[in-house]
Amino acid sequence: MSQFAVELRDVVKRFPNPGGGEIIAVNHATLQINHGEFFSLLGPSGCGKTTSLRMVAGFEWPTSGEIFIDGKPMGRTPPFLRPVNTVFQSYALFQHMTIFQNVAFGLEMEGVSREETRRRVEAALEMVQLTGMGSRKPRQLSGGQQQRVALARALVKRPAVLLLDEPLGALDLKLRKEMQLELKALQEQVGITFIYVTHDQEEALTMSDRIAVMNKGNVLQIGAPVEIYERPNCRFVADFIGETNFLFGKVKAIDPDFVTVSLHGSERELVGIPLGKFYSGQEVVVSVRPEKMRIFDDTPLKIGVTPNQPNCFPIRIINTMYIGSDTRIVIDFGGGTQLKVWEQNHLSTLDALAYYAPGQELWVTMRPENVLILPQEE
Amino acid sequence: MAAETSSVSPAPRFSLIRQLRESPHAQGLALISPTLIYLLFTLVLPLLLVVVLSFMTRGPYGNIIYRVNLGNYTRLMDTLYLRILGYSLLTAALTTIGTILIGYPLAYYIARTPPRQRSVYLFLILVPFWTNFIIRIYAWIMILRTEGLLNSFLLKIGFIQAPLDILYTPTAVLIGMVYEFLPFMVLPLYTSLEKIEPAQLEAAADLGARPFMAFLRVTLPLSLPGMIAGSILVFIPAMGMFVVPDLMGGAKTILVGNLIRNQFLTARDWPFGAAASMLLLILTLIFTLFYTRRAGFGEELLV
Repeated sequence: MSQFAVELRDVVKRFPNPGGGEIIAVNHATLQINHGEFFSLLGPSGCGKTTSLRMVAGFEWPTSGEIFIDGKPMGRTPPFLRPVNTVFQSYALFQHMTIFQNVAFGLEMEGVSREETRRRVEAALEMVQLTGMGSRKPRQLSGGQQQRVALARALVKRPAVLLLDEPLGALDLKLRKEMQLELKALQEQVGITFIYVTHDQEEALTMSDRIAVMNKGNVLQIGAPVEIYERPNCRFVADFIGETNFLFGKVKAIDPDFVTVSLHGSERELVGIPLGKFYSGQEVVVSVRPEKMRIFDDTPLKIGVTPNQPNCFPIRIINTMYIGSDTRIVIDFGGGTQLKVWEQNHLSTLDALAYYAPGQELWVTMRPENVLILPQEE
Repeated sequence: MAAETSSVSPAPRFSLIRQLRESPHAQGLALISPTLIYLLFTLVLPLLLVVVLSFMTRGPYGNIIYRVNLGNYTRLMDTLYLRILGYSLLTAALTTIGTILIGYPLAYYIARTPPRQRSVYLFLILVPFWTNFIIRIYAWIMILRTEGLLNSFLLKIGFIQAPLDILYTPTAVLIGMVYEFLPFMVLPLYTSLEKIEPAQLEAAADLGARPFMAFLRVTLPLSLPGMIAGSILVFIPAMGMFVVPDLMGGAKTILVGNLIRNQFLTARDWPFGAAASMLLLILTLIFTLFYTRRAGFGEELLV
């Protein structure tokens, strides 16, 4: 067994553009995916994630660079000779075959004996909780069931790597959440490497061991969900994963651990942690997530914060939205900047005074660890 | 009293109009009634006429004697006519097979080209239909006859030493029929091939099927509805065809279509011609029903 289940080494894929010229779908992508890992390719549509997956499957060949599956260079190996199987976004079930025949198809192509095929197909159908559905046609099943058939059809081949191209995209929200958990549990059970393509950041965060965030053909950041969310390496990743507030300024002072940024359009200064290398006077973007700020009433001293401490500012409430678990507040941060702040409703009360009202003059604080300083992109 | 009566809604004056307004069934019937009337006069009544006629007898001067009997049908059981019938079935079947063999690769190719080229190819397939059918058959005669294009070409390149006698043979009839009916096979085949998602073939390849296997197990079964529709469109008119055998088969090839035409126009034996028509109709019906049932005609074709 080689070191990586799948490796993309400097892979480029260009397509001829129908209108002339070329489209760079994947731009010098390098990825290493470990054995047994649940790895997600995450990005907006057109970012190159599906093309990358299709190149691993063998439906497309790289323009340059090389893809290794279990250490073997794939070159122009056709799909039917690769030790990977795919769950398609549209499921691509064979409509003219029964569920049993669909799942058995791959084994039949391998020349597996009739008896073993029957045993393995039944085991696969049981695994995806479709026991007894073998004689039905795909059309007679619900979307969620069809999705499971697609999964069983791919897993029954015991591939080294399972490729999933937005497999839950066609399901409604509730079913999708259920299937996310099921898929994750299934992946842990079978121990097969999963490469999962999605544009849904929440889905990627929930399920993945590691995530590669892609945009415009480039792999921007690779890391565990917590790294991607808490320590994004660029503005795009911070923006694409979760919600955030951006503030703009210039580096004023650099300490070993913290950087002080003076914000444009106001006298205010923010202290945060640098994600990258910075020099004094550099233009930077500051990202602060809405749930990582606190709003206080007019006595910040009571909670041990003095107005002189860093990242404590007077603000005014613009509006609030009560959404049950949270209250989403828009504050006027001064200098024409509005920020989103989310507060958990940890007290159960009907007292209107417990909630903020528009126009209230209050304070906001944010811990320096929650203030992320990112390079301004060219 | 007056207040009481006014509270009851007035009875509709025309129940027909009310029915039309309230019943979707009546609305549907009203909408298709022009078609129904048209079909009644152009299809149902003439067909009934043929049925009635087939039980009559020919008079000495080609007139019709109205006396019900089964004479025409017993006469059809003669080996001479049965042979013509069998030969017609064979020709129609071979024509259908021929259109599948030539039409399938053609339809497959068109379905795989980029969408903008597809309409051009489909257009090209239909272009010959702008020319009169007889003229196109004569064009084939020019190609196939002894001093025709085909023979002079083959002689010139030295492929053959003596000209081939193709024209006025069953082969010529078959060539003409396959040519004539090809678009009726290509269009439905194209429609069902075009509907096959590329992902289906990718899935087959992904699961380990080599291209030929993927074709056999996925493409072919999924294009079956188109093939069945095309076969029906080819087989039925091919059974009754008489122009092509007349012009390209010489006097040697007689199909059921020729027989019927001759009875009506030459022999002036309308009752016998009508009986032959009925036999053709029944045979075609049985054949089509059998074929479609066997191939699972029905829900697949409607999709």
